[in-house]
Amino acid sequence: MKRVVITGCGTINPLGRNVEETWKSLAEGKDGISKMDIPNIERLSIKNGGQVKIKSILESLPKNFNTNADKVTLLSLIASIEAVNSSGINFEQPLNESSAVILGTAGGGLITQDENFKKVYEQKRNRVHPLTVPRLMHSASASAISIENNITGPTFTVSTACASSNHAIGQAFALIRSGQIVTAVTGGADSMLCFGGLKAWEGLRIMTTDKCRPFCATRDGMIQSEGATVFILEELDHALSRNADIYAELVGYSMNSDAFDIMNPSPKGLVRAMELALTDAKLDPECIGYINAHGTGTYVNDKIESLAINKIFKGKCLKPFVSSTKSMHGHLIGGSGAIELLSCILALKKGILAPTINFEKEDPLCAINLVKNNSVEAKVTNVMSNSFAFGGLNAVLVLRSF
Amino acid sequence: MDLRVKDRVLEILTNHGQLAREDIGMSSTLESLGIDSVGVVEVIFAIEEEFDINIPYNANETLSKRLDFSNVLSIVELVSELVRDNHKF
Repeated sequence: MKRVVITGCGTINPLGRNVEETWKSLAEGKDGISKMDIPNIERLSIKNGGQVKIKSILESLPKNFNTNADKVTLLSLIASIEAVNSSGINFEQPLNESSAVILGTAGGGLITQDENFKKVYEQKRNRVHPLTVPRLMHSASASAISIENNITGPTFTVSTACASSNHAIGQAFALIRSGQIVTAVTGGADSMLCFGGLKAWEGLRIMTTDKCRPFCATRDGMIQSEGATVFILEELDHALSRNADIYAELVGYSMNSDAFDIMNPSPKGLVRAMELALTDAKLDPECIGYINAHGTGTYVNDKIESLAINKIFKGKCLKPFVSSTKSMHGHLIGGSGAIELLSCILALKKGILAPTINFEKEDPLCAINLVKNNSVEAKVTNVMSNSFAFGGLNAVLVLRSF
Repeated sequence: MDLRVKDRVLEILTNHGQLAREDIGMSSTLESLGIDSVGVVEVIFAIEEEFDINIPYNANETLSKRLDFSNVLSIVELVSELVRDNHKF
């Protein structure tokens, strides 16, 4: 089996317009959530979210770039351009043929759908923009990145709700490990902060109207946000042969399903997801120094995830630090696993464990070694990133410092 | 308690849980009627649609601090109050 390393990173999200800004915000415990600017917000009970301003998008795109795409595709392109540049990779022939683009998204071009439904149903217009379909399709971002870089290998999108990014990165990892491809542009993005999208989430009754407080006794729900994070994964020998900077090595991946409930997680399923990832990485639980938790800030997720973490790690001499960075960047839904992997790289490369901000009070049901409110400096060698989606779809990644 | 409200709330609960009217007592909890956490959210939605009211329910606040959803009686009283408030001019 081939070894797989991360040689490039890019992001745009509520905490920053690029990786450096985002790492700085994560280290400082910055709150990326604010009052949203969207039409008809007065008819929503949820006013706070992690929006990426259009101004930031336009400033981040290359000059004269064609912006005729959904917001999620523009975000994905910005993140991919930074990732490709930071890796110094050149997808010229024949490398382009053995490279892949694999992205995760839960909502795809939901804003385009929302805008066009409004036109035809509410405004009774009989015409929509001719490119409505290529804008709204879930795979639009993956296609745009493949076209931008002339990547002609496997290109597709994975959609597993909140675990989409981890499933996508896992697929890229598996393809490189097996030798089927050499490099991949992979990660995830979502942009669903539109009136219809937020109405749907509001209906679930699991959103907070205040702040996201994962693992805290006073937590009362999640906060939604938008953004994209993209990585360059590369087969180790290929990366070494071109003297690439290596951010970290991807050593383990698991995916499983709870087969339990469409909304509630099963402790058994979560435990198995983490155990399978450790087995794949050939690591004992003691080796994990930090876990970037799924930690949505809902009553149920945080209770069950704590239970599952304790089942695996309790009684071990070294209890891993845990944080939920969703407290800062919000829940990027299908894009969350990717931005959380960026937090894991910050832990491995700089020894900074990003905090869980907004923490007020211990919950005895969440008795984990939580990094609270301020980041912690610690040397960690192996880290884990959890994603547990609605419908019981779990995907866990394990990274090692290189 | 508004008797018309009581009747319509009971109707919603019987429809949701596929229960007979006589299965539901005023002291029954939703849990005892086999209505799980997702079911509670669906029942609240049905009540809101039926009476055109908003129930500020957040599933993360277990046995909500603001709302008493502990049994059928407390639900009927809460809905009666919200319906009354809604029709104050």
